[in-house]
Amino acid sequence: MKKLTDLEYLKLSKFQAFWYNIKMFICAIPSWLKKLFMGIVNFFVKCGTAVKDEFVDIFTTFTKGNWAVKTSFFIFGFGNMYYGQFLRGLLFLLFEVVFFGYMFVPSGGLHWLGKGNWFQIGKTVGTVQGSFQYDMIYDTDVWVPGDDSVKVMLYGLLTIIFIFAFIYTWRLQVKQCRICMDITAKGKRVKSGKDDLKSLIDDQFHKTLLALPVTGIALFTVLPIIYMVLVAFTSYDAAHDGYSNLFSWVGLEHFNELLDFGNGGLGLAFGEILSWTLMWSFFATFTNYFLGMFVAIMINKKGIRLKKFWRTALVMTIAIPQFVSLLYVSKLFDSSGIIGELLGQIPFIKEYLTTNHYISLWDSPTVAKVLVIVINIWVGIPYVMLQATGILMNIPQDLYESSRVDGANTIQQYTKITLPYMLFVTGPSLLTSFVNNLNNFNVIYLLSGGNPLNTEIGTAGGVSVGHTDLLITWLYKMALGSADSEYYMASVIGIVIFLVCAILSLIIYNVIPSTKNEEDFQ
Amino acid sequence: MKTETKIKKSGLGARASRRISNTIVYIILIAITLVWLFPFFGIVLESFKVNTTAMDGELFPEVWGFDNYIRLFKETDFLKWFRNTAIMGVATAVFQTFFVLSMSYTLSRLRFKARKPLMNLMLILGMFPGFLTMILIYKVFSELGLTMEMAPVGLIIVYCASSGMGYYISKGFFDTIPKTLDEAARVDGATRMQVFYKVIMPLSGSIVIYTILMGFMAPWGDFMLASYIIHENSAGMSVAVGMYEWLSRTMVNSNYTMFCAAGVIVAIPVTTVFLCLQKYYVEGVTGGAVKG
Repeated sequence: MKKLTDLEYLKLSKFQAFWYNIKMFICAIPSWLKKLFMGIVNFFVKCGTAVKDEFVDIFTTFTKGNWAVKTSFFIFGFGNMYYGQFLRGLLFLLFEVVFFGYMFVPSGGLHWLGKGNWFQIGKTVGTVQGSFQYDMIYDTDVWVPGDDSVKVMLYGLLTIIFIFAFIYTWRLQVKQCRICMDITAKGKRVKSGKDDLKSLIDDQFHKTLLALPVTGIALFTVLPIIYMVLVAFTSYDAAHDGYSNLFSWVGLEHFNELLDFGNGGLGLAFGEILSWTLMWSFFATFTNYFLGMFVAIMINKKGIRLKKFWRTALVMTIAIPQFVSLLYVSKLFDSSGIIGELLGQIPFIKEYLTTNHYISLWDSPTVAKVLVIVINIWVGIPYVMLQATGILMNIPQDLYESSRVDGANTIQQYTKITLPYMLFVTGPSLLTSFVNNLNNFNVIYLLSGGNPLNTEIGTAGGVSVGHTDLLITWLYKMALGSADSEYYMASVIGIVIFLVCAILSLIIYNVIPSTKNEEDFQ
Repeated sequence: MKTETKIKKSGLGARASRRISNTIVYIILIAITLVWLFPFFGIVLESFKVNTTAMDGELFPEVWGFDNYIRLFKETDFLKWFRNTAIMGVATAVFQTFFVLSMSYTLSRLRFKARKPLMNLMLILGMFPGFLTMILIYKVFSELGLTMEMAPVGLIIVYCASSGMGYYISKGFFDTIPKTLDEAARVDGATRMQVFYKVIMPLSGSIVIYTILMGFMAPWGDFMLASYIIHENSAGMSVAVGMYEWLSRTMVNSNYTMFCAAGVIVAIPVTTVFLCLQKYYVEGVTGGAVKG
């Protein structure tokens, strides 16, 4: 497609510009793929040269280094201590002692690593299966525990991470040692332990501040996520929980199962849930966005009094814990709830319910879907209203005044000034809220619980699937540990959610106008 | 200004039409307010019903009384749940604030080699559903004895440990403080730590309060993580998990009005705290929106 010049682009109407962006985006895909491919190739080439450089550097360090540097290739921190950096040296030495201690003690690192049968399809994680065996003393069969696959995999993973940390630390201290040597050769003083400690509150202050938060993220997000990604390639479920039954490596089997539309595959359930998730997210985001903005404009209209009161009334929904308000509202629409009963008396709704043998509004798939979206408006408008209020106040008032002189009416002002301005400023946050809605567990689970059940699909992934289930509630049900929970499928779903979010972010960031028309409102 | 006077002079027509449009806006706003506040009045009224414990489709109670509240404290573990949640709220507020502020301050105002990679990593991690991590965390916590009745402790760790990833809003705030302040202090010989707590922190009252508020509210609203760690053990429940049980199909008829009474009691402290600090919340939300 022909690329427009800036001047031509500015002549387009908003709609045409949007359409143009989409077309350009699609046209750009092949060149992207090419770029991506080249990027990957370049990445590997770069990695290759980097590794080569590292090895060359290590080699020259060894040949040119004095005996202290050479010793520190085998004894961590020796060089640091030789040059007077006792604190660093001791820490490095301690790390080495701990590492070798952990690796070689019985039931230490090597033990766990050996039990894992890593990525050998068909082999179990852990080698000894627990079983009932006859016991002379009790004169009955007792459970003799074997390996626990969950533990084997966890400790194995930790050991692998530990090994990488070891290599990194080894490299680090060798490098430091060489720097010390160079500095001393120039006749300057190396940093002492005291200097190091001082720099932690000054030049290296970021290390102090980040130590705890980053450790937290590493232990409670990075490690579990790597672990769960591994689980997707195993057969970890309620029956093979690792303790009573070892689970094994299965490769890509579960991904195939998820995309298998035949009998026994989850393709149908997955397709249905994914499409509803996307649809829900779309409607939830845009109804909230436009209605919330509309409410904000009304509250901020000139001449409207009690602005603070209107705002506070709406903000109440944010203040009150969601489970209280959402559970109550969901019951309001039940067959014996106040609103449910009122609506049930309206003739055509009554007829609809009785002909389909529905007891309450929540039993009808279509109505349930509409209800969660409508109730979500009640939940979501206040957030948008608050955001929009802040932005509305920033719109230069003279834009409105000059447009009024030119004879624009309120609606024109809205579509030509307010809306474009808002879209421009909030474009990125619209994306965030779309992604948040994809994972909006509370609203769906507390309102409908994913119900009504989808009778055509029945159970998928070991749990029953409902019409209003999102990927995240499906995942939740799978992970909850019922009799036939499929943890591995939960991991696969988690990976899918990640992919959906990543792809959407990529697309939307390339299409929204904020990135292109940066000068429009400045 | 000139244009405005012109319009005012242009006659009664404009003023009348504005009055009409304002009236319409008022009507819509009143309607919206009624819809928004209706559930809250409904829940309060429901909690005073004595004649029934189930849903009866009536808005006003036939007989008024405090029976539901009395039953709540005498017959159930509600007080324990409330205490658990309050402890979690306070602890989360303290630790989460510390984590979030350290992270956001560092990323906003300090420059170091790992900064960009760290931010990209957190962006990518954020795209995984957080709940996925719970399967492993639950396993580990149950080995350590941090589930069931000790669940509040486990949950505090879960809420706080990864909270550094939610740095976006406060980073947006720190970005708006002029860099020249830091530089001036540095020239005067302040260390980076002194800049942090002597120069920047005193200016950041509103974002600190916002972060505390968010931390305090988190355990009250969370159902997903809490229900997983607590695993149906009444002693360790938070209000959300405990009260959810009351509305299950088998229990709803005997516990519905009591649920509403409990809802009122939970809502009062949380809502009061929130409405008092509303100003800071609004600052946080709008600041974050403009920053993107």
